[in-house]
Amino acid sequence: MDLQTLTYIVVGATFALYIGIAIWAKAGSTKEFYVAGGGINPVANGMATAADWMSAASFISMAGLIALSYGGNGGSVFLMGWTGGYVILAMLLAPYLRKFGKFTVPEFIGDRYYSNSARVVAVICLIICSVTYVIGQMKGVGVAFSRFLEVDYDTGLYIGMTIVFIYAVLGGMKGITYTQIAQYCVLIFAYTIPAIFISLKLTGNPLPQLGLGSTLADGTPLLVRLDQVVTDLGFANYTTGPRLSTLNMFVYTMSLMIGTAGLPHVIIRFFTVPTVKDARSSAGWALVFIAILYTTAPAVAAMARLNLHETIQPAGGENLAYEDVPVWFTNWEKTGLLKFEDKNGDGKIQYYNDKSAKGQELAEANGWAGNELKVDNDIMVLANPEIAQLPNWVIALVAAGGLAAALSTAAGLLLAISSSISHDLMKGVFTPDLDEKSELMYSRIAMAGAIAVAGYLGLNPPGFAAGTVALAFGLAASSIFPALMMGIFSKRINRQGAIAGMVSGIVVTLFYVFQHKGFLFVGDWKYLQDLGSNWFFGIEANAFGAVGAVVNFAVAYAVSSVTEEVPQEVKDMVEHIRVPSGVAAAQDH
Amino acid sequence: MAFKSEEDAKAYWSENVSLMVKLMVIWFVVSFGCGILFVDVLNTIQIGGYKLGFWFAQQGSIYSFLGLIFYYSKAMGKLDAKYGVDGE
Repeated sequence: MDLQTLTYIVVGATFALYIGIAIWAKAGSTKEFYVAGGGINPVANGMATAADWMSAASFISMAGLIALSYGGNGGSVFLMGWTGGYVILAMLLAPYLRKFGKFTVPEFIGDRYYSNSARVVAVICLIICSVTYVIGQMKGVGVAFSRFLEVDYDTGLYIGMTIVFIYAVLGGMKGITYTQIAQYCVLIFAYTIPAIFISLKLTGNPLPQLGLGSTLADGTPLLVRLDQVVTDLGFANYTTGPRLSTLNMFVYTMSLMIGTAGLPHVIIRFFTVPTVKDARSSAGWALVFIAILYTTAPAVAAMARLNLHETIQPAGGENLAYEDVPVWFTNWEKTGLLKFEDKNGDGKIQYYNDKSAKGQELAEANGWAGNELKVDNDIMVLANPEIAQLPNWVIALVAAGGLAAALSTAAGLLLAISSSISHDLMKGVFTPDLDEKSELMYSRIAMAGAIAVAGYLGLNPPGFAAGTVALAFGLAASSIFPALMMGIFSKRINRQGAIAGMVSGIVVTLFYVFQHKGFLFVGDWKYLQDLGSNWFFGIEANAFGAVGAVVNFAVAYAVSSVTEEVPQEVKDMVEHIRVPSGVAAAQDH
Repeated sequence: MAFKSEEDAKAYWSENVSLMVKLMVIWFVVSFGCGILFVDVLNTIQIGGYKLGFWFAQQGSIYSFLGLIFYYSKAMGKLDAKYGVDGE
């Protein structure tokens, strides 16, 4: 059977599964729509959280980001940053927010800071960070479809929107939870199978996590060879080069960790388990399922990069002639993910760092005229099955896995957005006398609206789409995370402090990002240059969330200490959420 | 309040916080310490095919995070039982 037909069958089967689950898991109450009824098993919730969390970017782009853009060791910021946040969630947030026992993140902020203004500020932060994040997922859906099914980007996006529409509008959190569990299974199989085969092929060890530390056929450790190969071509040492500076890596990792802990679509997943105890262990299970991919990714990164270099330069100093390239090379060239330009006209491919001193030396000695190969990050995962010469069904599975990763994250984000609109803005602030049945209807309408907006933004991605994920993490880290943490661990922070803290945290982070990426991301409007000495202590814009968080904490504390004391009933509420027992299933007022 | 006394409530919270602080110190050391701040020193040690610092940054920190969460979860289960706040 040809690859195309096989891919249609595999992807079609997974979609049929998701829709089947949607019909089975229709939500009948707001509690089911917002928190899946509050009775999800902690292990199952862990699996759903893993799918919710791991996006198209984790699945398709992360290995390449580590291997290429961040030069190996620099990619550690993603590996530690996107897993370490779960320790913070498990110890500092999830159990207490579960005990609080309501439906949304802004609802906690509104109640704890006894203020609808605080709740609205939280809704705004949530919407900005979730919407920017969802654009990336929509793009992921469109790209995955167009790459694997050879339909155009727009058609792919419409199909993806329809699938999400069916199970998210019908089933709410309940439908999303069960589809995410199915999507996790699809994506983890699709990710690990090619990785196992590549690891076997290179090192003889079937576990990529061990293969990364193993030796190659000739007895050289894989990482030693990789360091050798890349430094010989003028690239930074794979295992030791830092990303910009040690301080930058530190702040970057911290921003991703606290951003992870502050992302509302992740937090609300912990509202679906029955007890506080379950919320703690569920965070552990989530990380187990995430770690399976996140410990495999660095192996995929290193192995795919070594493979690429050794394909281009089969023997030391001997470059591959363009006419001898393997089939996968030609296949991915068609998609534009690999681009070859024969600058010196010798018919051979030169892939090296032409900006380094070493690279210029090489060029002079060999008559090279600059780097001739452009490699897109995504290829590190996408081309893996073909490089390892795996059967077509594995390639089809990778397509289904990429789609599962994008759809599951999109659905989780859309739920966070729609529940903050129907539950926080409508029921909470503007029309409090809404009855349950109409609220359920409005939550479905909000969901449909959110899908339409996300789809529109996916079809017409605004210019800033590239910087969006950084912005989402920056905002979650600088606004939502500190407000939640202070709400649980301090009885001194009052509404003035919390609002001032959130607003100043966002403003500082946003303006730092704008300063480097252009005001509202319009490139020409940047008021300082992107690189170099204008960076605050050499910290890149993507890494700035942690600094915003520090500002948030400081402002909140300062303002609270000169304004009113927190009312007694709010202090009692803080006491109440610190006690694990007496938790009813998540409920409405 | 499900605690027997005000003192119990205070003691429970301070035991919780002190456990958390200890575990967060480990969290910091395995990631920011071993993976970033002291990575160069640790990289002089070779374990199998891995430089130790690199292993912490790309593998070891993640395994440690898992251990920390499950340990916390288990220890808190015991603490809840000790103070009689483990009911539904």
